[in-house]
Amino acid sequence: MSSEQLKRIIATDCGSTTTKAILIEYIEGEGYRQTIRGEAPTTVEEPLNDVTRGVVNAVQELQELARLKYKNNDITFLHDGPNGEKEIKIPRDGDFGVDAYVSTSSAGGGLQMMVTGVVANMTGESAERAALGAGAIVMDVVASNDKRMNHEKIERIRELRPDMILMAGGVDGGTIKHVVEMAELVSAADPRPRLGAAYKLPIIFAGNQSAKEAIQETLAEKVELIITENIRPTLENENLGPARDKIHDLFMEHVMQQAPGYHKLMEWTRGPINGKMTNIPIMPTPAAVGNIMKTIAKEENIEVLGVDIGGATTDVFSVFTDEYIFNRTVSANLGMSYSISNVLASATLPNIIRWVPFDINESDLRNMIKNKMIRPTTIPALLEELILEQAIAKEALRLAFIQHKEFAVSLKGMQQTRDISQAFDQSTSGATIVNMMTLDLLVGSGGVLSHAPRRNQTAMMLIDAFLPEGVTRLAVDSIFMMPHLGVLAEINTTAATEVFNKDCMVMLGTCVAPVGKCKKDTIALTAEINLPDGTVFNEAIPFGEVRLIPCELGKTAKAKLTPGKGLDIGAGKNEAREMELVGGIVGIILDTRGRNPFVLPSDSSRIPLLKKWMKEFKVYPEHILN
Amino acid sequence: MAQAYSPGLSVTDNIVLRKPRILPLKGTVLVKKGDKVKAEDLVAETFLPGNVLPINLANKLGVTANLVIEYLKVKPGQQIKKGDILAESKGLFGLGLFKSKVVSPIDGEIESISQHTGQALLREPKIPVQIKAFLDGIVEEVIPDEGVIIENKSAYIQGIFGISGEVTGELKVLIKDPNDVLTDDLIDESCKDKCIVGGSMVTLKAIKKAIELGVKGIICGGIDDQDIKALLGYDIGVAITGHEKLGVSILITEGFGKIKMADKTFELLKRFEGKKTSMHGKTQIRAGVIRPEVIIPLEFQDSELIAHETSMPLLEKGTMVRVIRQPNFGIIGTVTDLPEELHTVESETRVRVLEAELENGKKTTIPRANVEVIET
Repeated sequence: MSSEQLKRIIATDCGSTTTKAILIEYIEGEGYRQTIRGEAPTTVEEPLNDVTRGVVNAVQELQELARLKYKNNDITFLHDGPNGEKEIKIPRDGDFGVDAYVSTSSAGGGLQMMVTGVVANMTGESAERAALGAGAIVMDVVASNDKRMNHEKIERIRELRPDMILMAGGVDGGTIKHVVEMAELVSAADPRPRLGAAYKLPIIFAGNQSAKEAIQETLAEKVELIITENIRPTLENENLGPARDKIHDLFMEHVMQQAPGYHKLMEWTRGPINGKMTNIPIMPTPAAVGNIMKTIAKEENIEVLGVDIGGATTDVFSVFTDEYIFNRTVSANLGMSYSISNVLASATLPNIIRWVPFDINESDLRNMIKNKMIRPTTIPALLEELILEQAIAKEALRLAFIQHKEFAVSLKGMQQTRDISQAFDQSTSGATIVNMMTLDLLVGSGGVLSHAPRRNQTAMMLIDAFLPEGVTRLAVDSIFMMPHLGVLAEINTTAATEVFNKDCMVMLGTCVAPVGKCKKDTIALTAEINLPDGTVFNEAIPFGEVRLIPCELGKTAKAKLTPGKGLDIGAGKNEAREMELVGGIVGIILDTRGRNPFVLPSDSSRIPLLKKWMKEFKVYPEHILN
Repeated sequence: MAQAYSPGLSVTDNIVLRKPRILPLKGTVLVKKGDKVKAEDLVAETFLPGNVLPINLANKLGVTANLVIEYLKVKPGQQIKKGDILAESKGLFGLGLFKSKVVSPIDGEIESISQHTGQALLREPKIPVQIKAFLDGIVEEVIPDEGVIIENKSAYIQGIFGISGEVTGELKVLIKDPNDVLTDDLIDESCKDKCIVGGSMVTLKAIKKAIELGVKGIICGGIDDQDIKALLGYDIGVAITGHEKLGVSILITEGFGKIKMADKTFELLKRFEGKKTSMHGKTQIRAGVIRPEVIIPLEFQDSELIAHETSMPLLEKGTMVRVIRQPNFGIIGTVTDLPEELHTVESETRVRVLEAELENGKKTTIPRANVEVIET
């Protein structure tokens, strides 16, 4: 497809709170750029109950802002459709309409699934990984050995109303009995789909292929049964691709069809593929973000950790090890609006307050959090409220990351052959593969990170929540457009890549953090940094400090970093590193506050210390930190 | 842009309501189109399949799954009583020595018996589910086997948050000013079976006394987060409520903390004091928003039941709004301008704003996201 054909593209992400629209344009001499952004409340609820109304409102804003920007009142993206309602005009005719429209969606609670397996931490976990990788929220994992009685399992399956179920269990040629028993429980529970009673619940069977016939016998009459390849054909191998593809197909065919207004939206999303106008499937938002993360890791040959913090859920993505093992977790009840109250319940008030550099009345904070929960679209207008929201965000991110580390593990149940060199290696099957020391890039996305008034705030939230170790680059999705680009990549990789590099990924800078125990007032890091402007930063930094050194976006600085006694910055204990540090909008951050452990004081020294760090980090206006 | 869409809550003295009353699964509709119904009337009923009890016959008999069929005394679909023999082995050498048998622990029905696993699934008797009309009105539509749509003309208030399910009672206003706090000393025997109205807040003591005296519902401006935790025994993490068995339904019109009930809401409730009221605290903020409601049915002629087309509340010059976040949280104002360009607020956030004149005469700039349109 030539660039001439696709000059204007609209992409939307229908989130649970807001529908975010972006305009991508092909600009002579610059290539593809994201030029305008608009948003409107998502409308999947009464009284409108039609997702396309929110899309039209967001696109209407795009249109008005485009007219203002180009001082051209002819620019029009919407027109009256056949039934008199406004819709996006495709194909484009001059300034009238756009060439393509794509969308992702997590509205209406996203894709909600239940998975089953025989052994919870083997096939159960593989099934969970497949569902999460496809962008679903996993409501429960039911396994033969999950310690619940069979009647409890049946009750649980009955009360959940998932959009679909993924059934795994048994390696090929392995147990049939347990796999069929699980199918019998599902059949007895006779589960109903979440949206509408008008269709049969889709169930994907991706377990022991020898059990196919028995499964068919047990389930085919009651549910829409789809059989695909085993996701765990042997203990040593996972084969998640076919099950994930089936989940996506069913998401479009069944779930999206039931959600309010989606049948219309599915007709709208289209663009030219090989010169022919083609419908482009709506993708679950997390699947689109996952696509982007995987692409970054592969193209740059690095380890990546990404987070997308939304109103209802927080997704963590990671690509670790030489084999680019991708993991995604979704913390379904950690978010900054609908789920904000649950962050308070899970993290507890003292953990939130520990990040706040002033005294606050606990009751006021609790009521503020509850009011945000019931009015999720409001934004903090007061500086104090912004600081409180960012403190809550740090805890939401921290908790979501803990869940991710526990889930992103090597395959359990593998037979491991060990040679003598591995005899003293403590790692076993099932250990986490998340290694903060080898991590190259930490990427943040989602409202509270992408829309923080100062990028320094974004960097601080990422560092405080994830505690990167050694040397780690930090980046943020500029205005939250990773989902849009993830789905755009499906039809035009050039446009998606160009916009990603120029407008989406904003490099914040690099964080250097020595790891290990250190006494107060001893030197934790000696840094000699030759900055691109010719100046040299040279300091022996004591434990418990933060330094922010400006280093322009797109530039690098040559650095010699020597850790304090007994500390490690990635080359081993006490070993110095000479390397290039990447600059960014925030700069180079030298963080000697401690890792493994990182401890905040709980006495009266906490607030002055926070203020000192925040001042150095330039995160908030000085007046609130004095 | 001179106008924008913004969410809002309905507070109106006259609305045509259409309330679907639908069974959780298919069943029998008990009324017909055009029937006049009272809130307490049953409109549909069904039976939920009973709970399932799995018993592994193969394990109990000590035989392999494929042999279970030879020992069965019952077949799928058969009704059973507690103590009935489900399967019995032939005993040693087929002579009946040391026979083992499996008896049913429940009354019910044999759902299935698997030859793959040797498992029998026993289903308990069906559980009845009944749906009431919930509001006085007319059956406007019957959805065969599923339920009905009840239509009426009502005074109607959408709350922002609530707890506990559907109740019906007479409306009784206990305070003089919407700033007043609803305290326990205002509640007495005369409040039994009533839906009582408070002002800016209801105290924990007042709620406890209301439960004790058999009050049906409490309508109030605000509530303290810690009081809800004390009542329920847990913190509400995600706003999905309505299932609580509290003994009283609570509906909050403004939010958490002490917040004056909007004058319009208070005046409306005062006007309809003594009227029969249907209300519920069911709230779901995420995915398919459900807000708690107060419905006060009015007298109506059939010809009046013409519902207006639903539209999203519009924000434009002259629109009445309620500020829903600090500063000025809870204060009502009128939009005076909707500037197009982004504006930097105190938190340094760049947002779209509106200018408004507040009810206290103050002129201010507010992020558009921080107001709620008051529908008139």
